[in-house]
Amino acid sequence: MTDSQWPVWEVFVQANPGISHKHVGNVHAADAEMAIQNARDVYTRRSEGISIWVVPANNISASSPEDQGAFFEPSNDKPYRHPTFYKIPEGVKYL
Amino acid sequence: MDDAKQLEAFEAKIASGAKIEPKDWMPEAYRKQLIRMMSQHAHSEIVGMLPEGNWITRAPNLRRKAILLAKVQDEAGHGLYLYSATETLGIDRSELLAQLHTGKAKYSSIFNYPTLTWADIGAIGWLVDGAAIMNQTALARGSYGPYCRAMVRICKEESFHNRQGYEIMMHLAQGTPEQKALAQDALNRWWWPSIMMLGPSDDQSPNSDQLMRWKVKMESNDAIRQRFIDRTVPQADFIGLTIPDKDMKLDEKTGSYTHGPINWDEFFEVIKGNGPCNANRLKARVDADKKGAWVREAATAYAAKRSKEKLVA
Repeated sequence: MTDSQWPVWEVFVQANPGISHKHVGNVHAADAEMAIQNARDVYTRRSEGISIWVVPANNISASSPEDQGAFFEPSNDKPYRHPTFYKIPEGVKYL
Repeated sequence: MDDAKQLEAFEAKIASGAKIEPKDWMPEAYRKQLIRMMSQHAHSEIVGMLPEGNWITRAPNLRRKAILLAKVQDEAGHGLYLYSATETLGIDRSELLAQLHTGKAKYSSIFNYPTLTWADIGAIGWLVDGAAIMNQTALARGSYGPYCRAMVRICKEESFHNRQGYEIMMHLAQGTPEQKALAQDALNRWWWPSIMMLGPSDDQSPNSDQLMRWKVKMESNDAIRQRFIDRTVPQADFIGLTIPDKDMKLDEKTGSYTHGPINWDEFFEVIKGNGPCNANRLKARVDADKKGAWVREAATAYAAKRSKEKLVA
């Protein structure tokens, strides 16, 4: 049997209640339970989190950096999606 | 895009201060150099647990023992962050470990020195971690995203290591004459290896323009060494310990300390494998790997069994 070092799990930590889980890195583990325990030991030794998610790394799909320009293009030419696009006269309140 | 164009885009990106991420195009030489540096760094964290682990059971009191345990656990964590960052370059951790175990990959020269007394634990935190911080804060400004992020995390944690080490030295230096002598002896033995661990002097290790341009290396070894010396000498003065270098002088004009000649022969001997503890350190890692193999296999088998049970249920 080859020594696999176990599969890689990506780790997401929620730092405080009410905010999103954030990617912090990854760990090797045989299963999800061990991945959560390893993630606790590797990424939250100083109270950095209150909740941990782990996801098998090979289950993550990502957009490709080469296509970044074209891929995100549709949002770049729509400045009217931002409130600052609109000129409101001074004196108008609560807008 | 052809390679020349990609190289141009890659270099422009680095020059602009942007980070290179794992899926971005990168020159083969960049990838290779980073794998070499980052894995060497990871191995150093892991091997670095050995000299300190040596004193966990003999720490002078419970407070010191708890601190040392936490520090050694941090080093394990640092090793893991760095292996994980190295894996983003397309190499497996098992391959990296094999390179360590066969002696193909190096680790920091400093960990081939023995920890003879408790004061050595103070000297390591103060000097070795102090020197490592100098190097790592520079590397945190480098170009490879995963390495920089690992460096930022590590530097934050190293600061505790550095301070607990100085505190140990300070307590010993303020203790009985025997305790003070212990601290001075540790400083005498660790000083030179600590300033050597920052790497050969610039005339022996010309920094390739390319590595600097690619922000793989941020500063020359001598520049980092000088900063470490300038910060550390006053710390030694403060607790009444003497840096074991009779040529060390403060240059009033620059505010920098000039130091005596470094015994580079010793450094290169240790790198070649002829330091006091090289064989011992490597054997400890190989043994740990072999003795731990059944645990990895058992956990894999258990995980497979449980996932089968889940399917049936």
